[in-house]
Amino acid sequence: MTVQTVRVTPSAEGARVIQLADGDGWFTVCDRSLLTPGRGVAALLPDGRQVALFVDRSGRTYAIDNRDPFTGAYVLSRGLVGSSDGRPFVASPLLKQRFDLATGSCLDDDEVSVAVFGVRAD
Amino acid sequence: MPVPTTPNAPAAGVPTIVVVGHGMVGQRFLEALADRGLTAAAGTARVVVLCEEPRPAYDRVQLTSYFSGRTPDDLSLVEPDFMARHGIELHLGDPAETVDRETRRVVSRSGLSFTYDTLVLATGSYPFVPPVPGKDAEGCFVYRTIEDLLAIEEYAKTATTGAVVGGGLLGLEAAGALKGLGLDTHVVEFAPRLMPVQVDAGGGAALLRTIENMGLTVHTGVGTQEVTADERGAVNGMNLSDGSSLATDLVVFSAGVRPRDQLARDCGLAVGQRGGIIVDEECRTSDGDVFAIGECALASDGRVYGLVAPGYEMAQTVAGVIAGETASFTGADLSTKLKLLGVDVASFGDAHGAAEGCLDVVYSDSRSGVYKKLVIGQDGTLLGGVLVGDADQYGTLRPMTGTVLPVAPEQLVLPAGAGGPVTLGPSSLPDDAVICSCHNVTKGAICEHTTLPEVKKCTKAGTGCGSCVKVIGQLLPQSADKGLCGCFPYTRSELYEIVRTLGATSYAALLDSHGRPAARGGDGCEICKPTVGSIIASLAPTLGASGYVLDGEQAALQDTNDHFLANLQRNGSYSIVPRIPGGEITPEKLIVIGEVARDFGLYTKITGGQRIDMFGARVDQLPLIWTRLVDAGFESGHAYGKSLRTVKSCVGQTWCRYGVQDSVKMAIDLELRYRGLRSPHKLKSAVSGCARECAEARGKDFGIIATANGWNLYVGGNGGAEPRHADLLAQDLSDAELVRLIDRFLMFYIRTAERLERTSTWLDRIEGGLDHVRDVVVHDSLGICAELERLMSDHVAGYRDEWSETINDPERLRRFVTFVNAPDAPDPSVKFVPERDQVKPDLDILAGPVLAIRTLEGTAS
Ligand code: SRM
Ligand SMILES: Cc1cc2nc3c(=O)[nH]c(=O)nc-3n(C[C@H](O)[C@H](O)[C@H](O)COP(=O)(O)OP(=O)(O)OC[C@H]3O[C@@H](n4cnc5c(N)ncnc54)[C@H](O)[C@@H]3O)c2cc1C
Ligand code: SF4
Ligand code: FES
Repeated sequence: MTVQTVRVTPSAEGARVIQLADGDGWFTVCDRSLLTPGRGVAALLPDGRQVALFVDRSGRTYAIDNRDPFTGAYVLSRGLVGSSDGRPFVASPLLKQRFDLATGSCLDDDEVSVAVFGVRAD
Repeated sequence: MPVPTTPNAPAAGVPTIVVVGHGMVGQRFLEALADRGLTAAAGTARVVVLCEEPRPAYDRVQLTSYFSGRTPDDLSLVEPDFMARHGIELHLGDPAETVDRETRRVVSRSGLSFTYDTLVLATGSYPFVPPVPGKDAEGCFVYRTIEDLLAIEEYAKTATTGAVVGGGLLGLEAAGALKGLGLDTHVVEFAPRLMPVQVDAGGGAALLRTIENMGLTVHTGVGTQEVTADERGAVNGMNLSDGSSLATDLVVFSAGVRPRDQLARDCGLAVGQRGGIIVDEECRTSDGDVFAIGECALASDGRVYGLVAPGYEMAQTVAGVIAGETASFTGADLSTKLKLLGVDVASFGDAHGAAEGCLDVVYSDSRSGVYKKLVIGQDGTLLGGVLVGDADQYGTLRPMTGTVLPVAPEQLVLPAGAGGPVTLGPSSLPDDAVICSCHNVTKGAICEHTTLPEVKKCTKAGTGCGSCVKVIGQLLPQSADKGLCGCFPYTRSELYEIVRTLGATSYAALLDSHGRPAARGGDGCEICKPTVGSIIASLAPTLGASGYVLDGEQAALQDTNDHFLANLQRNGSYSIVPRIPGGEITPEKLIVIGEVARDFGLYTKITGGQRIDMFGARVDQLPLIWTRLVDAGFESGHAYGKSLRTVKSCVGQTWCRYGVQDSVKMAIDLELRYRGLRSPHKLKSAVSGCARECAEARGKDFGIIATANGWNLYVGGNGGAEPRHADLLAQDLSDAELVRLIDRFLMFYIRTAERLERTSTWLDRIEGGLDHVRDVVVHDSLGICAELERLMSDHVAGYRDEWSETINDPERLRRFVTFVNAPDAPDPSVKFVPERDQVKPDLDILAGPVLAIRTLEGTAS
C-alpha cells in the first residue's frame, strides 16, 4: 500500500483564499475550503513564524500565534474552538487554557497572551 | 558565572569542596551542588568525593528489595554519567582516614591527599553491636550495606535457622529478609514490645500478632547474653537473659545505629555526649569550614536524625549556604508511614502521648491486627497518633495535628458498623493543609474562590497533574446547576437520552435547540463538543450516523487526540499504540513494531496496559507509520479515545499450572467485541485464569476471574488516582452469559454516566449502587435489557478500524500535515535529543520565546 501525500496548492484559481497580514502586504496561505469550521490549521510564514488559523461557525476567520505559551509547544492550531458570551476562543489541546481568538489574551491567566495576526478571506 | 576553559578540569583558583562519604545524603548533596552550578564542569568548584564502599551511592532505604530481585545496579542512586557530566572526582573504596584542619588536608586510605576550602562530612551511621561474648563468631552479621546482604545471602545457603537481635524497624526488615531466604526466623527484642520507638504498647501488640501469623517467632522482653559457637567457631545458638537458649545458625544484629563521628572526633571537632557531630542551623560544625550532614550530624535541635528525608534537607541547606543563599535546617518531622512485612505502620506527632494531661483514644482489634490511637490534648487538639494494620487515615490526620478535631475522636478510630469511621472529607482539613501538591496550594487559598475556573486562574491549583481537582470540587460551594458546561443546562446522561430519543446527529442543531439561550447559535466549547461527539459515536449505528469519528461535523468536535487518532505529547509530537488484543502477539508482529519504531526513530516503551507505545511521531508521519502497521495486520488501539483500552490477560489454563479457564482467549474475544466503543470515560478490562488474579482484573472497569465452573464478573474497579477494587456482579457464568452481562453493563453505564466519570465513581454515585445495577442488568428490573443488548450488537456489527479507513481515503489524509501551506515541511519545533539509547523530546527548543527564524524554503525537506 502506498500513501498519497496531499498537496495543497495555495491560491487555486477562482476560489476564496485565506491571507495573513505580513509586513505591509498580504501573504496568501491556502484555499478557504481547507478550513473546517470549529477547527484550526497551522501555517508557516516566510520568516519561519507559525500561525494558527481558525474559522468559526459563522465563517469568521482568526489568526493567532501557534505557540502555546504554557508548554512552549507549537500546537494551538490543534485546539477546539468555542465561544463564551459571544466571544470566540480556542482551548489549548495540551493543558486546556482558553485564548480569546480576537485579542489573543488568555482567559485563564491575565498575565499571559499570544500574538494576533491580521487575516482576511477573499 | 565564568565560562569553563576545559570542561571537567576546574580553572585554577576555584575552591575545592571535599565530601567524605558517598551515601544517600552525600549523593543528594552532590546533586544540590550540581543544581546550583557548583561543579568543575561549570568551572566554579572542584568537587572531590571519598567513598568507603566499593560502589557509588545506592538506595539504602530500599536495601531489602535486593532480596525480592532488585540488583545492586537497580538500587543505584547515581545516573551513569552523573560524575563525568559534572566533572566530580569520585574515589570508590577509598575512605578518608585523617583530617588536618590546620593545613585543611584530608588523606585517604590509599594515600591520596586533598586540600579543601570546604569539607563536608556525610559519613552516616554504623550498626551498633551490643558487646556480648561471641558477637564476632562466624555467622554473625549486621544489616546496613549491600555487602552485608551479599554475605548474609551466601551464609544462609547452609543455614536453616536465623535470629535477629533487635525488634525495631530495621530488625523486622532483616527478619523478613531471613524468612524470605527460607530460614526459620526468630526476633529477639529487649524492650517489652516490637518497634518501641515508633509505636506504643498497644500498637506493638497488634504488630506482634500479625508478625507471628506470618510464621516468625518473636521473643520480647529478653536480652541476648551470649552468642555460642561450635568448635569451628561458627554460630550455633544464643543464650537469653531469661535463662532460655535458642539454637540458631545465623545471627543478624540490628540493635540500633550510632553516628559515625570518629573522623570528626580525631580532628577535634565538637561531638555530642551521646555521639553525633554538633552542627548549627546552617549545618556548620565547630569549624566554620567543615559541615556535617545526614545521620552523622547532631542537628541544632539536639537530635540525630535516622531518617533519610531530614538528611536530604541538610544536604540542600549546605549546598545553599555554600552558594551564598540563606538556608537553614532547624529540625524535621518524625512522622512516618511505612509498610513493614506487608503491615501498614504509621506514627505522627506526639505518638507516645508525652504532653501533660493528654489522653489517648484507642481502638484495638488484635484478631485482625488493627490498632489505632489518637493522642488528644486537654483542649481537644489532636497531638499525634499511631496507626497499625490500617493506616489509610494517615493522609488526613497528619495535617490535622495541632488542630481541634471536627468530630469526636472515637468516631475516627472505630471501624464501620461500630459507630465509625467518619471519613473526614476535605472540609475538615485545616486551612494550611496542602491540597494541590503540584503548585503547593493550601485549602485556605482555594476556599477564597467559588468556582473551579477561578481557582485555576488565581491559584494555579488543579492545572498540573489534575489529581486534586476532585477534592477542589468538594471544597467549593455546590451549585444547583448540574449542567455539563456553560453551553448546555443538561448533564451528560440527560444529553444521551435527548440524542437517543431525538435521533440527533448534529451537534450544532443540538446546541441551537437544547443549549442555554446565550449559547445558542454560538460555537460551543471544548467540554460539550467532545462529549456530544462521543455520545453520537456510541449511538452511531443505532442513529444511522457515520461510525467514523472524523466524518463531517463530527471531525470538528473531537479533541486533538481523536482528531489525529494518536496521543498528543508535551512537545507536540504524537504517540502510537497499536491494539494487541489480550496482550498476545506473534513474533512477526513484534518484529514489525520494532522495525517501524526503528525506521521512524520512535521512542519505544512497554505500557502499563500490556501494549507497546511508540512516541515521537510528527503529524505528517502518522499515516506513513500506520500504513506499515495496517499492512502487518495491526489496528488502532484507541489509546487516544474515551473508549475501550486494553483487556489484559494472564497466560491462563493453556500454560499455567493453576489456570482453570482459557483467560487469553476470553480476553481477546472481549477486546475485539468492545474495541472502538466510545464511552463517558476510558474503559479497561482484564481476565485472570484463576483466583491468583495475575491479570489484576479487580482493578478494572470490568474484570473477569475464572472459576472451576466458569467466570466471575467484577465491575467498577479502578487504578489511577483513587484506586477501587471491583465488586462482584455475578458468579460462575458461562461464556455466553458473561458476554451478555457485560454488554448490558457497559451500555447501561454509557447511558447513565456523567462526562469523565469512570465506572468506579459512577457505581458509587448512582442511587442504589451495585444492587441497583445488578437489578437492572441481571434481573432486568427496568425492562431495558433487550434494548441494551441491541445497542451493543449494533456497535459490534458497525465497528470499522479508524486507521485503515483513514489511510485509504485521500480526503481524510489531508489533515495530517503540520502546515496547511507547506505540507511537506516537517514541524521544526518537534526535535529530539538522545536518552538511554533512544530519544526524548528536545524541550530546550520550546523554551522560547520563539523558534529561531528560518525561511520557508529552509524548513521544507
Ligand atoms: C502510556 C501509558 C503509560 C505507560 O507508558 O505505561 C499511559 C499514559 C497516559 N495515561 Fe494512563 N497510561 C497507561 C496506563 C495506565 C494505567 C495502567 C493500566 O491500564 O493497567 C492506569 C491505572 C488503571 C486505571 O485506569 O484504572 C492509568 C491511569 C490513568 C489515569 C487515571 C484514571 C483514573 O480513573 O483515575 C489518567 C487520567 C485520566 O484518564 O483522566 C491517565 C492518563 C493517561 C494519559 C492519557 C495522560 C495524557 O492525557 O497525556 C497518558 C497518555 C497516553 C499516551 O500518550 O499514549 N492514565 N494509566 C499506559 C498506556 C496503557 C495502554 O496500553 O493503553
Ligand atoms: C535496611 C534499612 C532500611 C531503612 N529504611 C528507612 C526508611 O524506610 N525510611 C528512612 O527515612 N530511612 C530508612 N533507613 C535509614 C536511611 O538509609 C539513612 O537515614 C540514610 O541512608 C542516611 O544517609 P547518610 O548519607 O547520612 O548515611 P549513609 O547512607 O549510611 O552513607 C554514609 C556513607 O559514608 C561512608 N563513610 C563513612 N565513613 C567514611 C569515611 N571515613 N570515608 C569515606 N566514606 C565514609 C559509609 O560507608 C556510607 O557509604 C533505612 C536504613 C536501612 C539500613
Ligand atoms: S491468574 Fe492463575 S492462571 Fe493466570 S497466570 Fe496467575 S496463577 Fe496462572
Ligand atoms: S496536585 Fe493539583 S494539579 Fe497536581
